[in-house]
Amino acid sequence: MSSARPVNQRAWWFVLPVLISVAFSALVPLMTIVNYSVQDILGPDQAVFVGMEWYQEILRDPDLHGALYRQLIFTAAVLAIEIPLGIALALALPERGWRASLALVLLAMPLLIPWNVVGTIWQIFARGDIGLLGYVLTQLGIDYNYSQHPTDAWVTVLVMDVWHWTPLVALLSYAALRAIPEPFYQAARIDGASRWAVFRHIELPKMRGVLTIALLLRLMDSFMIYTEPFVLTGGGPGTATTFLSQYLTQKAVGQFDLGPAAAFSLVYFLIILLLCFVLYNFMKEQR
Amino acid sequence: MALIDLEDVGHRYAGAADAWALRPMTMTWNDGGAYALLGPSGCGKTTLLNIISGLIAPTRGKVLFDGRDVTTLPPEARNIAQVFQFPVVYDTMTVFDNLAFPLRNRGWDTARLRLRVEEVADILELRADLGRRARALSADQKQKISLGRGLVRPDVAAVLFDEPLTVIDPHLKWLLRRKLKQIHEQLKLSLLYVTHDQTEALTFADQVVVMSQGEMVQIGTPEQLFETPAHRFVGHFIGSPGMNFLPCEWRSGAATLAGVRVETSSKQAPPSGATLSIGVRPEYLELAATPGPNAVPVRIAAIRDQGIQTMVQLEVGASLAWAKLRNAGVALPSTAAFARLPPARCALYADERRVP
Repeated sequence: MSSARPVNQRAWWFVLPVLISVAFSALVPLMTIVNYSVQDILGPDQAVFVGMEWYQEILRDPDLHGALYRQLIFTAAVLAIEIPLGIALALALPERGWRASLALVLLAMPLLIPWNVVGTIWQIFARGDIGLLGYVLTQLGIDYNYSQHPTDAWVTVLVMDVWHWTPLVALLSYAALRAIPEPFYQAARIDGASRWAVFRHIELPKMRGVLTIALLLRLMDSFMIYTEPFVLTGGGPGTATTFLSQYLTQKAVGQFDLGPAAAFSLVYFLIILLLCFVLYNFMKEQR
Repeated sequence: MALIDLEDVGHRYAGAADAWALRPMTMTWNDGGAYALLGPSGCGKTTLLNIISGLIAPTRGKVLFDGRDVTTLPPEARNIAQVFQFPVVYDTMTVFDNLAFPLRNRGWDTARLRLRVEEVADILELRADLGRRARALSADQKQKISLGRGLVRPDVAAVLFDEPLTVIDPHLKWLLRRKLKQIHEQLKLSLLYVTHDQTEALTFADQVVVMSQGEMVQIGTPEQLFETPAHRFVGHFIGSPGMNFLPCEWRSGAATLAGVRVETSSKQAPPSGATLSIGVRPEYLELAATPGPNAVPVRIAAIRDQGIQTMVQLEVGASLAWAKLRNAGVALPSTAAFARLPPARCALYADERRVP
């Protein structure tokens, strides 16, 4: 059939506007980075081609290894906490009526706060001298100080992210749950299914599509986290909470190493792309 | 195995306290009967079904299975299966696991369970698909699985269907309906079948219950519903087109239509003050060129030749009626003619109800 269809190349004209806008919004900036990553920029008119040198340098950089290691642990922890917690919240929310509306509004509030404000809120909230959380913990006799103890800093950053982003997972899951037709629950009752069986065989499979999106969003976002830890801990104490974005900023803006920073940007981008690809295919496979 | 009694059962949904979704009714469903609940959307059919299966607790009245009060029992504790409008299957499971699910939930051991599932799969012709993922099957096969999950439980006495063929392709509907009839004869289960499709109801059931606005308006065989509708709604709803209802007057002991005295099958006199009409099926109206007994003058408004039959629209006084004539070389009279109402085939209706 298709071989008999007349070939018409005019359709490309309709695709052209999209191609142009994608080129200027993504491809051209990306190529600039590629350009930087293989040159040593000495001045506005002075650049030397260095090939793969910057890539070799940053891939051997122990600071980068540290940041990547922390990043992987952070993202894994975020996903392991936020996804189950979000599902649990969605299951616990009221199904309809004014209670449902109220709960949804309250739940969505952390999502409406600008990211640097989230960082500031927690920065103050967790302070031992004037912050409610920090003060109470200190009064309870717990030696808590996020600006000095790496563990405390870690826990604080993690709790902050959970507070900030679990609602997103919960809202998505809630929408998926509400979309399950009533007869599925009725049939399960007649079949004598337990609450766990209803969750395992009806709710979870029906949420799969939405959970894939939630998982990918949280994976990408947490892997790129910058603003909140920057405001809260500034990556410290030491480098305890320095994640990849912060490492990159230090390289590019702090030390003005444009070449290595560009090379690392591309590596960073590829890591995220790879993780998403693997995860997406894994979730699809499970269907 | 189960005689289902409804004693004064009625239901109002929360938030609509003044309106009965189901008006209080008393009704007995005989063991092994095939019943259809027929009525337009929103007439209370599904509410009635859900009350029997236990998904809804009725606002008043009692539900008895074999004389045992089950009104407050949850669905899983009643020996009832229900098949819904949209096929419900557990997507992640195989066909086998779907069918085994109700038995596993009831703690059956594996060997016994396998025998039972295979037995039911044979009845439903699903044997070859047992190892497949349920999600991959077509809508009619999924609907068979839904039914199968009911049939595997050996204690199930009645299967309730809530418009089960809605999403099935037309050419498969017929096959699936025949399968249902077979299963009914083979397993002697009581079947309650909710539908708004009269063909489905009339071909499936021994007894058809016609419902309108939360009320059962008539219970009868398909023939009874067609020949002697007890309520004007039944006359309208059954048949295509529905029954003609021609407003008439009661004069000196007889119904009078367009100035002509009309004999009907109604023996009693109608209650005084009621709005009267004569009901006659389009299939039974006869056209004649000359006046005669029981023949009223009409004007022919429109003629539609449908090949096998001819639909003739008639003006009888101020109202309209349809006549359905077999095309056996009938020569139609000219525009002014007479329509004869065979006395045995028409009846008097006082307000909504047939006068006996």
